[in-house]
Amino acid sequence: MKKLLVTHNLSKTYVQTQGFFSRVKTNIHALDGVSFSINQGTTMAVVGESGSGKSTLAKSLVRLVKLDKGSVKFNGIDLLNLEGEGLKIARKDIQMIFQDPYASLNPRLSILQIMEEPLLIHNFQDADARRKKIEDFIGRVGLEVSDLKKYPHQFSGGQRQRIGIARALILEPKLVICDEPVSALDVSVQAQILKLLKDLQREFGLTYLFITHDLRIVRHVADDVMVMRHGKLVEEGKTDIIFKKPKNEYTKDLIQSIPGLISKRN
Amino acid sequence: MKKDILKINNLSITTKVNTKFFLVDDISFSVKEGKTTCIVGESGSGKSLTALSVIRLLSPQLKMTGEILFNDDDICKMSDLEIRKKRGLDIAMIFQEPMTSLNPVLTIGYQIKEAIAVHSDLSSRKIDKKVEELLLLVGIPVERVNSYPDELSGGQRQRVMIAMAMSCNPKLLIADEPTTALDVTVQAQILKLLDGLKKKLKMSMLFITHDFGVVEDIADDVIVMFKGRIVERGRVSQVLSKPKHPYTKALLGCVPDAMGKKQLTPIDYEKLDRAMQRL
Repeated sequence: MKKLLVTHNLSKTYVQTQGFFSRVKTNIHALDGVSFSINQGTTMAVVGESGSGKSTLAKSLVRLVKLDKGSVKFNGIDLLNLEGEGLKIARKDIQMIFQDPYASLNPRLSILQIMEEPLLIHNFQDADARRKKIEDFIGRVGLEVSDLKKYPHQFSGGQRQRIGIARALILEPKLVICDEPVSALDVSVQAQILKLLKDLQREFGLTYLFITHDLRIVRHVADDVMVMRHGKLVEEGKTDIIFKKPKNEYTKDLIQSIPGLISKRN
Repeated sequence: MKKDILKINNLSITTKVNTKFFLVDDISFSVKEGKTTCIVGESGSGKSLTALSVIRLLSPQLKMTGEILFNDDDICKMSDLEIRKKRGLDIAMIFQEPMTSLNPVLTIGYQIKEAIAVHSDLSSRKIDKKVEELLLLVGIPVERVNSYPDELSGGQRQRVMIAMAMSCNPKLLIADEPTTALDVTVQAQILKLLDGLKKKLKMSMLFITHDFGVVEDIADDVIVMFKGRIVERGRVSQVLSKPKHPYTKALLGCVPDAMGKKQLTPIDYEKLDRAMQRL
């Protein structure tokens, strides 16, 4: 199987100052030597608790965070040293779906404008073709063409997340980074969105990097999983194997803490 | 047969503006002494309003009708002074966001002390001793007594809230999604702590959550709410393994399990509507 993304030794340190005159400085290792790879067409889950560095990892892959060290090879291209036009082309292939569907859509833009924006940035000149493409994608995520003239506040959380997904997929990316895409949603909506993501993966051959803190969801969506803690990768492997035979103490602890299992243990 | 510590009869909540629109629609249930009743439902199902109405903390914009019997006294009929005496003493509550419930400019020791002093006339020294006992009870090192809320982690803040709630040995604890904002390992610790306290102090709990996994861990009895109504109730094992109502069945089909064995099936609302009409 082809490796779509290969990272080596990703590191990022934030400096935190404490005290009124900022004399005390502490280094926080948000990412500390993280290396991993994702096979094309599969889902890699990243799990970890708050502060484990999973969101820094996601942001670094779309170059929203500048890494101190490390390399990222995406489809054979050295992602971290790209500039200008080269970066723009690479970014088209890596899209992101965010956690909070209330915060990640511009309230002043209609859904049509929201979905048109990425196409305009990436020079889709033909207005008719753009319109056709937008109508196609809004249908694929289960919304109507008539929804295009509406604004984000007219939609429920689940519908907004569908819009976020349509926006991410309209450029037909190869890799989609999903940063806690369902954790703000009710469980019934969560099931819909997870199914939609799975269907779209099958249809477009997408590769997902799926960030979550919920291990039950990992079990359902991921082929592989990496467990992060304090910026370090503590364990990685096939999802089934990690759940059945976790090696690392922290991974064991996480699996033991899955709600619904505590009562069975006692 | 255990006695009911809390009995709710025909509780309805509407807005004052539109008394025809029911946010909570004629629900009745009870919490048994020493047991945990979980209310589970999705956002907008009315579960938090139900919890708030038990200690009369509903917004003044809302109107409630019905009976809420706590140890056979009707909470709805109490004067403001009477209910204020009950709050914290007999009925305590913990909330989802421990940071917004704690005062950021006072030490946690001070805030726990305040919770005790409101309901007792103990000497200052005795109260200090009680604060130490409470911190010990919820598993916070006694040295942290002079810490401010922002110096504590989310889990520790929730422990402080629990210490305050426990300060007068309440008979009933209302917990409104107390672990939703916490990491899973911390959630597991807090659930264990609450369950332990319930047994140790012979307390009853009314526990609000949207997470069926949490329900499985903590509940004795379960109530499933949907659009302001109770659609299903029963023992936890029975509701989770043999749900009767179509909504409960459909909702459980959406819950991912830890084994990864079952297929997630999103709710087919047309099918659900038809099934509910047949009831």
